[in-house]
Amino acid sequence: MNAKYLKLGFGVVVIAALIIVPMNFNRYGLFILSQWAVMTIAAMGLNLTLGYAGQVSLAQGAFVGIGAYTAAIMTSSGFPLIAALAVAIVLCFAIGWILGYPALRVQHHYLAFVTLAFSTLAFLVFRNEEWLTKGIYGISNIPRPEIFGYPTRRPLPFYYFCLGSLSLVSLAVWWLIRSPWGRAFVALRENPVRALSLGIDTRHYTLMAFAIGSALGGVAGVLYAPLTQYVDPVPFHLSLSLDLLMMVIVGGSGFFFGPFLGAMIAVLLPEWLRFTQGYYLMLYAVAVIGLLIYSPSGILGILDRFIAERRTKAASAKRATATAKLEVTP
Amino acid sequence: MSAVLEVSNISKRFGGITAVNGVSFDVQEGEILGLIGPNGCGKSTLFNCILGQLAPSGGEVKLDGQTVTGLRPSELNKLGVSRTFQLLQVFPKLSVRENLILAGQEHQGNMLSRLIGPSDAGLTDAANQMIGFFKLDHLAEEPAGGLSYGQQKLLDAAMAFMGGPRLVLLDEPAGGVNLTMLADLKDRLRAINQQKRATFVVIEHNMEFVMSLCTRVMVMAEGKVLAMGRPDEVRANPAVIDAYLGH
Repeated sequence: MNAKYLKLGFGVVVIAALIIVPMNFNRYGLFILSQWAVMTIAAMGLNLTLGYAGQVSLAQGAFVGIGAYTAAIMTSSGFPLIAALAVAIVLCFAIGWILGYPALRVQHHYLAFVTLAFSTLAFLVFRNEEWLTKGIYGISNIPRPEIFGYPTRRPLPFYYFCLGSLSLVSLAVWWLIRSPWGRAFVALRENPVRALSLGIDTRHYTLMAFAIGSALGGVAGVLYAPLTQYVDPVPFHLSLSLDLLMMVIVGGSGFFFGPFLGAMIAVLLPEWLRFTQGYYLMLYAVAVIGLLIYSPSGILGILDRFIAERRTKAASAKRATATAKLEVTP
Repeated sequence: MSAVLEVSNISKRFGGITAVNGVSFDVQEGEILGLIGPNGCGKSTLFNCILGQLAPSGGEVKLDGQTVTGLRPSELNKLGVSRTFQLLQVFPKLSVRENLILAGQEHQGNMLSRLIGPSDAGLTDAANQMIGFFKLDHLAEEPAGGLSYGQQKLLDAAMAFMGGPRLVLLDEPAGGVNLTMLADLKDRLRAINQQKRATFVVIEHNMEFVMSLCTRVMVMAEGKVLAMGRPDEVRANPAVIDAYLGH
């Protein structure tokens, strides 16, 4: 019971801090924090596909791009952001579903290459289809939305908009992973042969894992466009997919809070290390390598290992006590 | 009694090797059929062909008179066919209870209700009953990967029964299980067979287990059926003694 209250209290403090502390941040600080919220949503989608369902994807950055371009094109044409959000979700869900089909036949690095090819294809479309995306010139002056009549043009209201969106997505993902679907995703990752023999339609769940994860990438993209107010193809190159992959792995793949931590490290740590000037990227790389050597299951993997060790010790002590009692009893 | 499972002339070839060669048999409702034979004789391959894990090269499988050849394992499971595996196939990171809940969840509601409906829907109670039935109470919260080999075998068997199957194919359930657990397992299987009229096909090398549990025994050798009959008949069959049981 104490641990439950401790977790609840910690959660309240973190949420309060995310609401109150940024009130004193400057424009750049708010931009970085908003970017963290957006990238966390994209990483949550990848965590669902990779961390929970065990399907490798190097295409998450492409879905962020699809969402961002959908928002940029539609809002620049006068449509509300909510309409762009609906279109982006449907579009990314459908493309993600189709991209899931190769996963029914190939796995691991083969699947990584299939998704990498899609990532490259999406980038080429962003860059070359100028009639739609304006190519390398990009789309500028993307408006920020009004939420129930409140404008989010200024950085602080827009940050709260991103934070609110992150909260809604987090609740939805929390619901999903605690539902039988979430258990089926885990079964898919842990032992697909056994899952199939238990009546779990692994084909359907594989496609769903891809589709939902991709749709979340699209949601992140829809927020990204009004955040930067300018989109061009460069941010959605393969490097974004690799960054998102790193966020999931460093934070803790298959842990609910992994993407939050991973995105924090990927987005905020380079900023905090800027005082080291030219060395900051090197230090950042060394920190990530060191972490993954120490804990391949990411930061939350360390915590999980600690809890598992404590639980095993407690169970061993319990068993020893029970055995001792049996030996004493005549 | 009516035939729950009818297997007609099933064959499976891997390149030039014929692992299963024209095997035919049927299993009556409520029966416990033992399937024995030397290693590599095609027992597990036959199971995999029946259960849709492998596509047979020829032949037909019927369930309650309906052809089910080529159906996927998940579809067969929904029709009430379940199985255990020769090698351990539990979900190691999930607890014993979570393994059992997972094993039962696809038998309730549909895809949509499994997403937006209650995450439990009575599954925890069903899992707890199964935990009690297989005497795994003290391990309910333990991760399955931390259990001993024998305990994981029991969990594997318990998972196969979560959806209330009519036909269960057990692949070496006694392998690596100690004598006390083995007696427990046999009692549990008998109880389910008698109370629920569940039908079993059991691959096993432990002759005492097979002969005392099964109502009929089929012997395979080199991908073919060598003999079929009551346990005492099979035990006395000279061809079986020669090919498998020994003197």
